[in-house]
Formats: sequence, structure tokens, C-alpha cells
Amino acid sequence: MIQLRHVSKRFPDGYMALSNVDLTIDTGEMVFVTGHSGAGKSTLLKLIATIERPTSGSITINGHNIAQIKPAALPFLRRKIGFVFQDHKLLFDRTVFENVLLPLQISGFDRNTATSRIRAALDKVGLLSKENVLPITLSGGEQQRLCIARAVVHRPAILIADEPTGNLDSAYARDIMAMFFSFHQVGVTVLIATHDANLLEDNKHRVIALQQGKLQNDQRMA
Amino acid sequence: MISAWLNQHWYAFSLTIRRFLSAPITNLLSILVMGIAISLPAGIFALMGNLPTVSGQISISPQISLFLKQHATQDDIDLIRTKLEEDKLVASYQFVSKDQALYQLQLDNGLTEAVHNLAHNPLPDAFVVETQDVRVDIIDQLRADMQTWPAIEHAQFDSAWAKRLEALTNFGRMLVLVLLTLLSIAIIAVMFNTIRLQILTRQTEIEVSKLVGATDAFIRRPFLYFGALQGFAGGVTAWLIITFVLQILSDELRVIAGLYAMNFQLHAIGYGDTISLLLFTTWLGWLGARASVASHLWQIEPR
Ligand SMILES: Nc1ncnc2c1ncn2[C@@H]1O[C@H](COP(=O)(O)OP(=O)(O)OP(=O)(O)O)[C@@H](O)[C@H]1O
Ligand SMILES: [Mg+2]
Repeated sequence: MIQLRHVSKRFPDGYMALSNVDLTIDTGEMVFVTGHSGAGKSTLLKLIATIERPTSGSITINGHNIAQIKPAALPFLRRKIGFVFQDHKLLFDRTVFENVLLPLQISGFDRNTATSRIRAALDKVGLLSKENVLPITLSGGEQQRLCIARAVVHRPAILIADEPTGNLDSAYARDIMAMFFSFHQVGVTVLIATHDANLLEDNKHRVIALQQGKLQNDQRMA
Repeated sequence: MISAWLNQHWYAFSLTIRRFLSAPITNLLSILVMGIAISLPAGIFALMGNLPTVSGQISISPQISLFLKQHATQDDIDLIRTKLEEDKLVASYQFVSKDQALYQLQLDNGLTEAVHNLAHNPLPDAFVVETQDVRVDIIDQLRADMQTWPAIEHAQFDSAWAKRLEALTNFGRMLVLVLLTLLSIAIIAVMFNTIRLQILTRQTEIEVSKLVGATDAFIRRPFLYFGALQGFAGGVTAWLIITFVLQILSDELRVIAGLYAMNFQLHAIGYGDTISLLLFTTWLGWLGARASVASHLWQIEPR
């Protein structure tokens, strides 16, 4: 369970990106975060992923207050989360395979276990046949899927995606959404930030709307 | 847990090799620079290690001359002889009587005429003593002792050559120390800069690693490995250079020594010194990398 209490984030330049956000996300839930550009979607996700720290308020994940955790403990928390970055953050001097390998290397997996996990993740996103190419040769959608494979390869309990359908056509976007849904179905808590109205139209999941850093609407679907 | 730890180290090691191979020429050149830099002090040190063998071959062992009083009796001479026999610092000694000395003087200088005109022999009896030890201060102490023996007029130690050798050795030692310090600083600086550049070009890699849960130790490790490995390779290069140069010098010296009917050979660096050399350069590389990582890595925080 993820709980935010009176969470505010002020950036060093004084900009208030989030103010007084209260939010509870249950384990296994699938949640969309929406709002205009600059509303604070990415900031909210980064706070939950411990990439940014709140200026005030508390964020607890499964009972641990991550706002008060020691910096040395952060890496171990991050390993429990999979993050699909808005700007992908792929390593272009490493092959597709090696990009997905990174989180496993960090956790110290042995090569054999790692290889089978990577193949499984790449198979899931449809990139198995491209495991030895460099990411630069991949299309935008394929890069997005590679980023997803890297985010799920270590089987995190929480999967966070920041604009995973960013510049993709709608067919492609639906494909990727189906992928996230399948993770949700196996019990993963899924958080997706998007401003794509089409995606939310026939959506049966919870949608959180942000405006100017404030929680504007929290719609729980039946 | 142990295997996870091993896997992480193996990863750091393979990443190090990869980074090395990504710019092989640059890295080989900096290894060469390192090797040449460190071979200078290490080479002088190795040559100095050869000094005792060389000076031993030339064999000018230190001497003390004991001049007896004019009125010294045979009993006095016998007493001194016994004392010399018993002294452990004395390697050998030779008695030169005043008659012998006078005779030698005539032969050496052709002063026969002048000597004949002397009313009596003005020369004293004397002992020439060779010592076991070659250290100047020890021999000086021995000379001072002998000065207090009965019937000794004057004990003289010709320390010029010994002092020269000692001064030369001290100079060499100082030179090695100064060179070693300066060049070590240079190597640390080079490594500092190499790692700084590596960190700059690997900003994304570091950032992404942090984002997916890498600890600081995990990120630091390949850079430290790189520094240590580069240092080790520099040490090996220095060893090769020294061994090669000593071999050449040794061949030349054999020819010269042959002309003087002497026989010596320059010794290569011993096992102990080789290991010290490699450990030292490895440590230098690691140290430079450590300093660089400490001052640059914290600047990269993921956004
Ligand atoms: N590191 C930062 N320093 C200062 N201001 C920042 C920083 N990161 C974000 N902001 C500001 O905080 C506000 C919220 O940014 P955020 O990235 O969360 O928006 P967003 O909802 O994800 O927008 P988009 O849909 O364009 O991705 C923006 O006005 C942005 O300029
Ligand atoms: Mg954003």
C-alpha cells in the first residue's frame, strides 16, 4: 500500500510542483494519473519512486516512511519498483539485452538466471528477436517497450510508467496499455501518468487528476 | 548472498575490461607513461641494490693505521697484536716495523742518500688494520677506541673513500625518494583526470544505474578497478623496462669488467621488490581513481 499524507514538493528554484497531496493506493491497484502539462504528474511519480524527496509530508510504502529513510537505503527501495521513464533513459552503447540486464546485475543475479529472466521480459514486450541490436536502431515504440522490459525484469511489486504512450499512434498505445493491464492482473501495483484522453475514455480504472500541483479529482471506478 | 556479491564484482571487472577496450590506444599510452615514470625511481633503486656487489668486487676495504710511540717495546707490540686478534671488528691486520718502513721509503722514493744521513730512524712501528664493517660511523668508533690503547701514538682512519661511497648511496636514496614522490603525484593526477573524463562520458550510465537501484559502492567499483588495473599494468611495464635496461647495462658492464679482470653482473629486481613495485603502482592507480570518484560522482544525481 502506498500512502501520501500532506505531501508538498517545492523545487530549489522555489516552484511549488505539488502542494498538500493526500492519496492512498492499495496493493495491486491500477491507477492513472492525469493532468495538463506541468501539473506535477512526473513529480508525483518520482516522489513515490524515491527519485525525488518531498519538501514536507510523509510517503509510506508498505509501512516504511520513505521521506525519512537514509540515503544509503534508497537503492534497495528502488529495486522493489519498476520505472518506465518519460525520456526512456536507455543506454545507447549497450545492446537491448544488456539494457535489460542492468537491474539484474545491480541486484547481483547470476548470468543464467538473468538470461532466462531477460528473455522472458523481452518476449513479453515482443523484442526477443532484437536482443543483440543497439537501441539506436529501434523505433520509438520499440524503445518504449525496451524501457518496459527493463522496468519489469526484476519482477517489482510496483510498476510506475511516466507517459508510456507518449508519441505513439493509438494502435500501438493500446498494445502497450494491454501489457500494463496484464501486469496488473498478476498482482502488480501499476501507476501510469498520461495526458492521453483517448486512453482514459473507455477506462474502467481509477483516475487521479492533478491541476497546478493540487489533487483535483480522484475517481474510483466501480 | 556471497554469489550475489561475487556476481557484482564480476560485473565491475567485466565493465572495467570493456571500458579499457573502448579506448585501447589511449589506455595503452597512459599505461606506458605510467610505466616509464615509475621505472625511473625504481630503476635507480635497482641499480643501487647492485652497489655492494660492485664495490665488493673493487675491494677497497676500509683501513685503520695504528702508529706506535717511538719508545714502544716488544711487549707493547705483542699486547696490541693480542688485542687485534680478539677484536671481532677486525678482519685482518699487518705489522710494519720501523725498519721495514724505512726500507720501503728508500725503495719507493729513491731517498737512499737522505736516509743514510739520518742519525736514527724517525719512523714509528705501525699496524695496518682492515675492518669487517664498511660503515663509516662504526669504523670511526673503532678508531677512537684504538687511540686509547697503550703505546699508540696515533690511530688514523682514511675515511675519504668510505664517506664518498656513503654520500653517494645517501644521494641515490634521496634521489629515488624525491623522484618517487614527484612521479607518484604525477601518476595519481593522471589517473584522477582519466577517471574524471570517464565519469563525464558515462553520466547517463551512472544516472540510470542509480535510478534502477545501484548503490554508490556499485557505481564506484568499476572506476576503482580501472584505476587499480591501470596501475598494475603500469607496474608491469616499469618492471619490463627496468629488467630490459639492466640486461643491456649488464652486458656492457661485463665487457668493461673483463678489461679490469673483474667479474660481475647486475642483478635483476628480486621477487620481493617486484611484488612491492606492483602493489605500489596498483595502489597509486586505485588512489587516483578513488580521489576522482570521491570528487566527481556525487555531482551526478538522477532527475
Ligand atoms: N527539477 C526541477 N526543478 C525545477 N522545477 C521543476 C523540476 N522538475 C519539474 N519542475 C517543474 O515542476 C512542474 C511540474 O513538473 P512535472 O514534470 O511533474 O509535470 P508533468 O505533469 O509531468 O508535465 P508533462 O506532462 O509535461 O510531463 C513543472 O512546472 C516543471 O517545470
Ligand atoms: Mg511528466
